[in-house]
Amino acid sequence: MVKRLSVVDVDRCVGCQACMFACARRLGHGGLDGACIHVRSAGGIRKGFVVIVCRACPDPPCARVCPTDALRPREERGVRLKADLCIGCGNCVQACPFGAVLWDREQNKPQICVYCGYCASYCPYEVIALEEVEPIRTTEEMPHAAP
Amino acid sequence: MLPHDPLCRVLYVDLARRRSWVEERTDLFAETLGGAGVGIRLLDEECPPGADPLGPENPIILTVGPLVGLFPVASKTVAMFKSPHTGNLGESHAGGRSAVALRMAGYGAAVIRGASPTPIYLVIEEGQVHFRDAAALWGMHSSYTAGSVLRKRESGSGMRSIMRIGRAGERLVSYACVITETYRHFGRLGFGAVWGSKRLKAIVVSGKRSLPVADRRAYRQTYDRIFQAATQSELMKKYHDLGTAMNVEPLNSIGGLPTRNLQSGQFEGAAAISGERLAEDYLGRRVACAHCPVACIHLAALRLPYPNDPYFYKTVMLGYDHEPIYATGSLLGLDDVPGMLQLMDEIEVQGLDVMSAGVALAWATEAQERGIITPQETDGLVLSFGQAQPYIEAVRRIVSQPTDFYRALAQGVEHAASLYGGVEFALAFGGNEMPGYHTGPACHVGYLTAARHSHLDSAGYSLDQQAVQTGADLIPKDVADALLAEERWRQVLTSLVICLFARSVYSPEVVLQALSSTGHNWSEDGLDKLGADILRRKYKFKQREGFSAAELRVPQRILETSAPAGPFDEAFIREAIARYETQVKSHHSGESKR
Repeated sequence: MVKRLSVVDVDRCVGCQACMFACARRLGHGGLDGACIHVRSAGGIRKGFVVIVCRACPDPPCARVCPTDALRPREERGVRLKADLCIGCGNCVQACPFGAVLWDREQNKPQICVYCGYCASYCPYEVIALEEVEPIRTTEEMPHAAP
Repeated sequence: MLPHDPLCRVLYVDLARRRSWVEERTDLFAETLGGAGVGIRLLDEECPPGADPLGPENPIILTVGPLVGLFPVASKTVAMFKSPHTGNLGESHAGGRSAVALRMAGYGAAVIRGASPTPIYLVIEEGQVHFRDAAALWGMHSSYTAGSVLRKRESGSGMRSIMRIGRAGERLVSYACVITETYRHFGRLGFGAVWGSKRLKAIVVSGKRSLPVADRRAYRQTYDRIFQAATQSELMKKYHDLGTAMNVEPLNSIGGLPTRNLQSGQFEGAAAISGERLAEDYLGRRVACAHCPVACIHLAALRLPYPNDPYFYKTVMLGYDHEPIYATGSLLGLDDVPGMLQLMDEIEVQGLDVMSAGVALAWATEAQERGIITPQETDGLVLSFGQAQPYIEAVRRIVSQPTDFYRALAQGVEHAASLYGGVEFALAFGGNEMPGYHTGPACHVGYLTAARHSHLDSAGYSLDQQAVQTGADLIPKDVADALLAEERWRQVLTSLVICLFARSVYSPEVVLQALSSTGHNWSEDGLDKLGADILRRKYKFKQREGFSAAELRVPQRILETSAPAGPFDEAFIREAIARYETQVKSHHSGESKR
């Protein structure tokens, strides 16, 4: 079993952004820079909120478009960033259909969820949760397995 | 303050010359924290004596505090200005995303000077300010639409605040508000008219940055302690469940809910407009300010039919709270909930302060009933308690101002009553309309003495309610001293821009912990002295601009209508005011100790 972050019920989201602050705090500072989760209104607060998280795709499109293999599929699902290989091209940001690859402007690199679930422990309304999912593939089946 | 904390950066904007620059004001923030403390210092610097509140010399000052972006419920922005409504100190607080956005954009305060020759809006980002044309947005019918347009046009969704005025601000109604994120407001004292006078339609602020901490471990521990208290304490739970509307029914049951222009303290329709009933029948969504897990903002979903078009409906989402319910419900004798909500919505569309608008309409209704004003003055409109539709029309006319009467009403109830009479039932305190509590003498002494003439300054209603519970007699001297102590501590909380709903979470001990973990060294004694000093500065500003406690008008109506902690007379009120004034001035504790 592997873990990923999941949006359990977006209609319970009140837009407090405690999850975003938690993700940034994980890095040892305050503010919002570095947060890998994003909450915004669904076109005005009266329409509720959109919670954007990395879905840990089995065949991650962000990794497929990475020209330097800085973003590599994890063994079972999702991706891992090797920051020293990243050239900051931003292809990954374009490739993610959910907009879940956020950008660190100071480092000029993507901010990639590490599936730790720290954010979920600060959600007062059970909007998000770290959940266990079946691994979709084995290492041999990985489309972009390192040689 | 830590070296890389951007708090000390003050953004200056000159609307006339369309220039902006940043000044580092480290001492200012080190001495007075932020929020109210920095705000009154900047107002002293920027606002010349005798300034015309609607002239270019009146500044717009927005300030946040050191804990914003670092700790939960430090979520307010403090606005300072000279009020066009009272002609004196203007201070108004709002939540939404305003505070986090300004802090994340890398500023501790913004000072906006001058006036633009043409309508504009500002876009404030990390490192830059854009001046954008707002000619097409000016005169737009609804404040909601102006917000929608900017939301589409500007970037930073989820990281920004969109503050804007409605037509009331453009047309300089002296109690026009500034709306932020649609459902929060710099509501009181006419901040919106100041924007209108500068032809400033909106400010969009956005940013996303990191903030340094002094001690990571202590920071996380303090964070968790505050977060737990904010999400699990009983007090915060009540704000979360029913919101401030929970006050309606209990207040009514003790006879402290102002009804029909305070002809009574009890409203027979209170059950219909209670927090419980509104939640059951209309609550459509609960939302939060940025970095506040409490989510006290309650939105009603109001489904409205088009009268001449069968099976055609619209659903309006509008925010409700205790004060709007009081001002458009009990005070106007309205228990027709859809009518009350439509009235609230129209006030929002126009961009008025809902409390002042409700009090103005209540006075106008009683004045019309007594024949002081006639349908000739109201341009044919007959106002009557309990009837929503004429009130909705009256709100539009307060903004469009077709007659002298509406022009007068657009300057508030004190002004209108001074022209037409009925001053004895004009519910204004220091020129500002009454909040939704008639609990006893302490609330009224609070409205009169408080720096903003707001119930939130010193919470007199709480003293009254305690007296009701314990059966103790209130004494003017004790009331004054308790109000002063509360107002002083609240200067500290509002300098940290902590939402006052979380005042029990942020005890002095917690405040000191939060400050030290993020690199600000204060002592409890230092905070106490700072609170007294800020309040003294505010009073000094007020006196400079002509405020005199002895000349305050006590509305006779408050003495006539029985209150839970009553009866009380004018002598009680005068004695308490006099005591408060000597005490607030006598504590010249001077410089804050750090």
